[in-house]
Amino acid sequence: MAGVVTAAPATATGPAAVPQGPGAGAVPWLLLMPATAALVLLFVLPIGYVLLLSFTDPQVSLAHYQRIFAVPLYTRILFNTFATSLTVTVICLLLAYPLAYVISRRNDWISLTLLICVAVCFWTGFIVRTYAWLVILGNKGPVAAVWQGLGFGAPPQLLFTSFASTLGMTHILLPYMVLALYSVMKKIDPNLLRAAASLGARPNAAFRAVFLPLSLPGVVNGSILVFTICLGFFVTPILLGTPKDMMISQLVNQQIEELLAWGFASAIAVVLLVATSIVLAIYNRFVGLDRLWG
Amino acid sequence: MSDSYLRLRNIVKSYDGISNAVDDISIDIAKGEFITFLGPSGSGKTTTLMMIAGFEDPTRGTIDLDGKDLTAQKPYQRNIGMVFQNYALFPHMTVAKNVAFPLRMRGAPRADIGRRVAEALELVGLSRFSERHPRELSGGQQQRVALARGLVFRPDVLLLDEPLGALDKNLREQMQVELKRIHREVGITMVYVTHDQTEAMTMSDRVAVFNHGRLEQVAPPLEVYGRPLTRFVGEFIGDSNFLQGRIEAGANGKLSIDGIGPVCEASKLGAGAPAGPVHVLIRPERLRLIGTEPRPDLVATVQMRVEGTVNYGDSLLVMGQSGRIPLRVRIAGMESGDVREGGTISVGWRADDMHLIAGS
Ligand SMILES: Nc1ncnc2c1ncn2[C@@H]1O[C@H](COP(=O)(O)OP(=O)(O)O)[C@@H](O)[C@H]1O
Ligand SMILES: [Mg+2]
Repeated sequence: MAGVVTAAPATATGPAAVPQGPGAGAVPWLLLMPATAALVLLFVLPIGYVLLLSFTDPQVSLAHYQRIFAVPLYTRILFNTFATSLTVTVICLLLAYPLAYVISRRNDWISLTLLICVAVCFWTGFIVRTYAWLVILGNKGPVAAVWQGLGFGAPPQLLFTSFASTLGMTHILLPYMVLALYSVMKKIDPNLLRAAASLGARPNAAFRAVFLPLSLPGVVNGSILVFTICLGFFVTPILLGTPKDMMISQLVNQQIEELLAWGFASAIAVVLLVATSIVLAIYNRFVGLDRLWG
Repeated sequence: MSDSYLRLRNIVKSYDGISNAVDDISIDIAKGEFITFLGPSGSGKTTTLMMIAGFEDPTRGTIDLDGKDLTAQKPYQRNIGMVFQNYALFPHMTVAKNVAFPLRMRGAPRADIGRRVAEALELVGLSRFSERHPRELSGGQQQRVALARGLVFRPDVLLLDEPLGALDKNLREQMQVELKRIHREVGITMVYVTHDQTEAMTMSDRVAVFNHGRLEQVAPPLEVYGRPLTRFVGEFIGDSNFLQGRIEAGANGKLSIDGIGPVCEASKLGAGAPAGPVHVLIRPERLRLIGTEPRPDLVATVQMRVEGTVNYGDSLLVMGQSGRIPLRVRIAGMESGDVREGGTISVGWRADDMHLIAGS
């Protein structure tokens, strides 16, 4: 997806930047070749193959798709995936908004420290962070120790629950939300809030009438990012979560690893791809995909 | 201008606790006055404005408005309007919504809001643009919206921080006239910040000259130009020649200028010229080109080698040296006949062409 987005401006500006001599029109296309080749090899062909499999393995039919939407277990997993993604998005938003607000409005060591924390989180691999939760929430982890130390008896089962999986995904995606909000909030002219105050707006009113509306693009961007990444999340739910509350990509994995049902797994993957595309298409319709990264 | 409406008393502001961005400023501003804060960049004008608006707290000193202490009031309680250099219009609101904002914040009745917004837009000539967004307007139009928004709630004082700084020259002159007209029509007290001396000279009732966080002089434009209190003011405002001289002690002490010699008796220069070293200010347009006829009215004449000229059409600026003293002479267009680069001219001045500032 990122490749498609970045390739588009190159075609738009390329011809204008090159002198219009004989044969000059070919140069931009030549420059595009490596990226195009990589996209076709790594992206278009595999997806085409998955698409093909979903209709043809083991024989040509629409049966896989019918099964996804007919069997309650699978519709429940679909629903669960969307619900979990929505939950994670909302929690991320609630946590990230005040954080991004503080980071963008202050100009001192506090905001710098917070920004560094967020960036370090962002750059630490999500596998590492997922394993950290395994330790923290595990039977011998600090949470259990504190629980027992306080005399509450046997610690509750935290690991391998949808709580742990939601917590982990929220933690991993929070920096995305913070940075998406921050990049928009940082561009809000502080004089606008001063102007609001000089015009008689109390801090609350100024926030509601000026800052909040101007930060909405960041809210939309961050939510789309977190939501679409969450839809396809695999490692974290499989390590921290429970098979009872499977995410859709776990189902794909299970179908292939345990049942070798390539055709059915492909159909599920296609459904996930289409769902994500629909979300992005809606976003593109109202905002424009090129603005997703700020 | 003695009656005081907005009163700053011994205002000091230090951002870092070491140096003072504003250093002990006191000023009385009359109701309805158009006063300009003029000074180079970094001289503390914006900081002073921010303290009047309430966005910065003075480190020391008090600010009164109409006899009431403002210091403890928040910006939104002050009823002081502000127009920012970059306009600070709300980009997500239409022109009408922008102008209605201060009225909405004050809970004005809906019908009232509509009427007063229309009036304010009429005042700045933007009635036709009320449903546009700021980004659909030119810089000058945005500035007018900011003005309408700052005036619509009838603030006690309107602060303007380099409001024309981002406009091109023609538009700027047009807006200067416009702003003066609006000031006359609404009669509101305006504090106007600029680093452009022409703007200050043409628009203000009084000019307050800032330098390094201090006030050098507060006076009407012509007085600031003709009788600057400090060398800085004389050099910052208008074109100038500064000569170094000294006045001898005694009742009839003579003024002599370094490199020229004795010029005239100090008593001719008006009262209060103190003995000791003085700066002698002569404006370029007060240096007179002399022909062959005798000029008994002049107290000094010098020969000057012409090194360069700038023709302004209506006048000619001549730059050159007299001995070691650099001089700038401004000559009205028709008199400039035999001035050419590399040549020599005679210039002279009368006693009242000089303005003396004590010091060396
Ligand atoms: N928010 C601030 N923090 C620290 N120093 C500041 C701040 N604002 C202004 N200053 C300093 O105070 C001095 C006066 O600045 P300012 O009032 O903006 O001058 P002017 O408006 O006349 O250009 C400058 O030296 C400037 O660097
Ligand atoms: Mg300033």
